[in-house]
Amino acid sequence: MNTLLQQAPSWGTTLWFIIAAVLLLAVVLGFVTYAIYFERKVIGWMQLRIGPNRVGPLGLLQTVADVAKLLLKEDVRPQHADKALFTLAPILAYAPAFAVLAVMPFSESIQFADLGIGLLYYIALSGITVLGVITAGWASNNKYSLIGGLRSAAQMISYEVPLVMSVVGIVLLTGSMNLEDIVKAQQDVWNIVPQFIGFAVFIIAAQAELNRTPFDLPEAESELVGGYHVEYSGFRFAMFMLAEYVYMFGMGALITILFLGGWLPIHPSLDFIPGIVWFILKFSLYVFLQFWIRATMPRLRVDQLMSFAWKVLLPVALFNILLTAVVVSYQNGMF
Amino acid sequence: MSDEKRKPTPEEKAAAAAEARAKAEALRKLREQEAQVSQEASPVEASQEPQEKASAPEAKPVSEMTPEEKAAAKKAAAAEAIAKAKAAKEAKEAAEAEAPVAEQQSEAVATSAKPVSEMTPEEKAAAKKAAAAEALAKAKAAKEAKEAAENGANSASDADAKAKAAAAAKAKAAAAAAAKAKAAREAGGDESGDDDAKAKAAAAAKAKAAAAAAAKAKAAQATGDETPAEEAPKAPSKNQPYLDKYVSRISEAFGQEVIEASYINELSKEVPTLTIQNERWHQVAQFLRDDEQLSFEYLSDLHGVDYEDRLEVYYHFYSYKNRQSLAVKVKTSREESKVASVMDLWHGANWNERETFDLLGIHFPGHKDLRRILLPDDWVGYPLRKDYVQYDEEV
Amino acid sequence: MNHNILTTHVDTSSETGLRTEEMLLNVGPQHPSTHGVFRLVVKIDGETIKEAIPVMGYLHRGTEKLAENLTYTQIIPYTDRMDYVSAMTNNYVLCHAVETMMGLEIPERAQFLRLIAMELNRVASHLVWWGTYLLDIGAMGPFLYAFRDRETILDLFNELCGARMTFNYMRVGGVKWDAPPGWIDKAKEFVQYMKKELNNYHQLVTGNEIFINRLRGIGKFDTKTALDYSLSGVMLRSTGVKWDLRKDEPYCIYDRFEFDVPTATEGDCMARYHLRMAEIEQSLRILEQALEQFPSEGEVMGKVPRVIRPPAGEAYVRIESPRGEIGCYIASQGKDKPWRLKFRRPSFTNLQILPKLLQGENLANMVAILGSIDIVLGEVDC
Repeated sequence: MNTLLQQAPSWGTTLWFIIAAVLLLAVVLGFVTYAIYFERKVIGWMQLRIGPNRVGPLGLLQTVADVAKLLLKEDVRPQHADKALFTLAPILAYAPAFAVLAVMPFSESIQFADLGIGLLYYIALSGITVLGVITAGWASNNKYSLIGGLRSAAQMISYEVPLVMSVVGIVLLTGSMNLEDIVKAQQDVWNIVPQFIGFAVFIIAAQAELNRTPFDLPEAESELVGGYHVEYSGFRFAMFMLAEYVYMFGMGALITILFLGGWLPIHPSLDFIPGIVWFILKFSLYVFLQFWIRATMPRLRVDQLMSFAWKVLLPVALFNILLTAVVVSYQNGMF
Repeated sequence: MSDEKRKPTPEEKAAAAAEARAKAEALRKLREQEAQVSQEASPVEASQEPQEKASAPEAKPVSEMTPEEKAAAKKAAAAEAIAKAKAAKEAKEAAEAEAPVAEQQSEAVATSAKPVSEMTPEEKAAAKKAAAAEALAKAKAAKEAKEAAENGANSASDADAKAKAAAAAKAKAAAAAAAKAKAAREAGGDESGDDDAKAKAAAAAKAKAAAAAAAKAKAAQATGDETPAEEAPKAPSKNQPYLDKYVSRISEAFGQEVIEASYINELSKEVPTLTIQNERWHQVAQFLRDDEQLSFEYLSDLHGVDYEDRLEVYYHFYSYKNRQSLAVKVKTSREESKVASVMDLWHGANWNERETFDLLGIHFPGHKDLRRILLPDDWVGYPLRKDYVQYDEEV
Repeated sequence: MNHNILTTHVDTSSETGLRTEEMLLNVGPQHPSTHGVFRLVVKIDGETIKEAIPVMGYLHRGTEKLAENLTYTQIIPYTDRMDYVSAMTNNYVLCHAVETMMGLEIPERAQFLRLIAMELNRVASHLVWWGTYLLDIGAMGPFLYAFRDRETILDLFNELCGARMTFNYMRVGGVKWDAPPGWIDKAKEFVQYMKKELNNYHQLVTGNEIFINRLRGIGKFDTKTALDYSLSGVMLRSTGVKWDLRKDEPYCIYDRFEFDVPTATEGDCMARYHLRMAEIEQSLRILEQALEQFPSEGEVMGKVPRVIRPPAGEAYVRIESPRGEIGCYIASQGKDKPWRLKFRRPSFTNLQILPKLLQGENLANMVAILGSIDIVLGEVDC
């Protein structure tokens, strides 16, 4: 991959890039399909049910059927909805989620763009998702959507701050924002060990960013009947769902890279197993944790959510930065 | 009922109507006596069936169809004969058991002093025996009345004797029924036989006013024999003193005339019941809540009832302090139905008054937001009224 | 007074300098957490509720009017459909009213069957409440666990009276069907199983931080307000009034069994949650004792005349249903059909306090408060 990047652009290399991008898209879509399937299965098992098992063998084609249904539905638009914004909102929600995958190093050789500021790029782009949510809430011309959209915007913006703060510790430890360097720096010990406080804050803030339980108030079915995407149906709704799961993919990849050692094996003796397999294993662990929490936890109220972000997570993240700075300075011989 | 579709000829109608009316008149006289006798006895169906059947031909002289009318009239006559025979038989049985009635009744009441839960099997058997004895006594009373009725029917001029006999039998039956009811239930009775019979007579007189006054006099005599033993239920004991207390407190504060009626409602676990004058109701209600001795801070139920000549609002209060219930009724007329709202005293009255307004049309001046609650806002009419015309006919 | 709130706007610009408007939001009648067809029109300013106006009557079926043309036995199926989650207590209140008026004696075995049916129904009703309340709060798991256990109870009822929800089981003078052979043992097994399962539920939910934060201090009121608004059942007991009609005005054979009446003093949603869970325990306790003492033989129907005619007069009786105090008033004129039949429904009366509790509250707390009142719309509308 790197060699491709470094060659002079020509028709050949462009073609290869396009094929690679399409391949990644296919992988991501495949992940989304089976993440939804597994979510329903796992939650079903935890609730003493079976989950989907009819469509296709073991129900494996359930999501395919669902997506096909959504794509074939009539495109309904509320009469007084703002036409342009109504159409734009799902795109604004989905595009950044896919765009951040450009900088993720999935393994030593699989990476699209090796940016020096990879982490910053991720954080910057994930903020655009908020715009999509607000636009959806406003453009639907529906009070419930508006409340849901505003709640979601407030939540996502608030939780971005602890999210970013918690990774500053890693940047301090590594000395670089390049995601590949961060992974390579975890050769000896994964970042989860020295940065456990940062890990805890990051996991919680990530849940809020993804609008997942226990922070799923914006789409609380029992209160707002769907929140900001209640007026969306068919293909546009599919885009929102896709955005959520692709974002989960991105977040999972980021956690694996930042805290769990990316493609590095748990012990050097096990490095005959290819890096991508390790990546997938750690990534799956995180995704399973998401499903588990969803099946178990009730939902936080919006004001409790906000006060938690500003009064608890942010101070803890700042404390983590302070601690890391002191330790790094000590290691560098400042004292 | 496809007969309803066929229309009778006018002559048939008139003839059948006259026939039915004549029969009904004859029947009715007999029914009154029988009904008075057997009304308060345990519901023995034979004596009550003719009562019902008698009312049927009376009530609809023209609207029934020809063949049905004739059949109904025939049935009524036949039933009358059957009833006479049955009553005669019952009376014979009852005659045998009259003597030990008094002792058995008091024994029954004494044994049922303990609630059912603590009765040993022997006591249960004794209670059962007492109940059986009372049933016999009742039948005997019915028989006496029947004899008196028959005698009265044969000598129509003996109206006075007839009335006396009927009243005596009715009173005995009333007393027997009262004692049986007490034995069957756990809670205790009240000590004043006067009020007891008065309540029963009051209830009966609504339907048949004929010998009510005589019956009351006889009841006073008859129930003098029995004084059921006092019983202490789990909650605070006798309710008659409570009724007296309420009556006296309210009369002190507002005067005697504010209470239109006061009695212990036997049928409803002996709850003291008052009927309060409509004009002073709000003041009395406030007194009920605020007075320390009454202190009814809890309103359990509020609803309206449509008796055809008037509307009534029924309130059921409870005092947690004294652990006592109270039922209050306030009457109002159908044309101008107004009862003062007690929403400012008990907020729990809010929706109940709205519901009463919605379904019965009783206005509650003083209610802050009196509008329909269960029916749509544009509904016309008050469904629970007896003269309600269906508004949504086409639905 | 024409309360047309749809046209009023309030300009609150004076406080902040920004022009804000109050918004009118319709919660229901179709809504996942209003426990039935119930409409709540809320006036909100941001996330704060300024006023809440309940609108009901979507499920009004005119039971009381219909009853005036039906014999007492024919009314019993109608009572099932009022509070359809705990239909046994509805059956009982009507039968109890008629039996009180007529002074009938109920045989032992029938009393036991009635009590067991009512207590099993109480457990089932509280399980439904628990599952749906947690679903409203956001946890999806407990809903399925609750319904799985309720399924066992419904199977028991199915064997007993042929129906899972609208039982039509009790009659004036007793019950319609006797317990089939082996039923008592199955019920005993269920009671033992449920006691253990209740511990699991407590471990899963009761200690959860998020859950506690959602419920503690929400929807608080005191005893004086509770009595003023005629609240009953758990709503009243959560403020400290130790009042349970099964203990204080005993009916059926409740006075033979030992059980506690749990009370709390805080008067908030958390207290009501704990009380209802404790009530399930107490019901299981009563069931254990009753199943132990179940008479091995006996009639299930007392001596009742063929045509049921209560004597002329009126009567009002009340019993403890899972939602509160349910009362039945009968005005009879000596006929086989009532002159007036009125049901005092606990959900209807308890719901009166909702506008007061919601004033000034957060929109997110609305669901928690409504769920803690535990209403069933069939009962609210009758």
